[in-house]
Amino acid sequence: MKARVTVTLKSGVLDPQGKAIEGALRSLGIEGVDGVRQGKIFEIELSSDDRASAEAVLKEACERLLANTVVENYRVELL
Amino acid sequence: MRAAVLLFPGLNRENDAMRALQQASGVKPTLVWHAEHDLPAGTDVVVVPGGFSYGDYLRCGAIAGRANIMNAVRAHAARGGLVLGICNGFQILCESGLLPGVLMRNRNLRFICRMQHLRVERADTAFTNRYAPGQVIEVCVAHGEGNYTADSQTLARLEGEGRVAFRYCDASGQVGGDANCNGSMNDIAGVYSEKLNVLGMMPHPENLIETIMGGTDGRGLFDSLASAAAKAA
Repeated sequence: MKARVTVTLKSGVLDPQGKAIEGALRSLGIEGVDGVRQGKIFEIELSSDDRASAEAVLKEACERLLANTVVENYRVELL
Repeated sequence: MRAAVLLFPGLNRENDAMRALQQASGVKPTLVWHAEHDLPAGTDVVVVPGGFSYGDYLRCGAIAGRANIMNAVRAHAARGGLVLGICNGFQILCESGLLPGVLMRNRNLRFICRMQHLRVERADTAFTNRYAPGQVIEVCVAHGEGNYTADSQTLARLEGEGRVAFRYCDASGQVGGDANCNGSMNDIAGVYSEKLNVLGMMPHPENLIETIMGGTDGRGLFDSLASAAAKAA
């Protein structure tokens, strides 16, 4: 089974990289962008086909390593 | 003082830390590889030096913070043992849960490498007993991710409990403005654990221990550790 984990900064946490990208979009003349927040995507191959156990594995992976929950949120999708 | 200096792939300041520790105590520290499960018997001080552990992959300090040896470091800290994390070492201590907060990308998005003044917030800890409270010292900073960030409750707790170790300041001790090189909340350059036995700091005191290197203001920290360890023995 495949899964996708998305890690993003919590709202309110300053994201200087997102701000820099936002500025770069503006300097390219791409209009209509009000804000950019940068995050990370992990594409994960799981050995199990059982959804419940896959979700448990991914939750543990996120809590213990993939996200720093002080400043980041995570979202898990089974594909 | 028996000191253990941790080594992770990608660190590069371990020899600087060893030199500063040996200068202060006269005893050669032991280098401990990250895959070990135990610290050398009788370790007084664990130092996590600076560099770029695991190439800063995922987040700075994230992978090193979960290495085998960190369980032994957590147990050492829980017993009241001293732990010092410098630069990447500070990031590793935050990621390992030994210190609160996180070091984010510098506000100006640049790697900052320069001399920097710090204000010593208190001089009654194992790390600062050779300084005076409020003393301004000049050391150096070299980091891309030193922007100390924590939620407002954590920040209030750190301030209320006197757990800010150092603040970025100018030569006269004034904090704020351009003196804050990386955008850290409350100008925080270093923080203590609850029991004041774990210190994490972004600046490099270990590089300012000899006049030929531009100053000796960093020596006080290692002399403090040596005298605290001697007292405890």
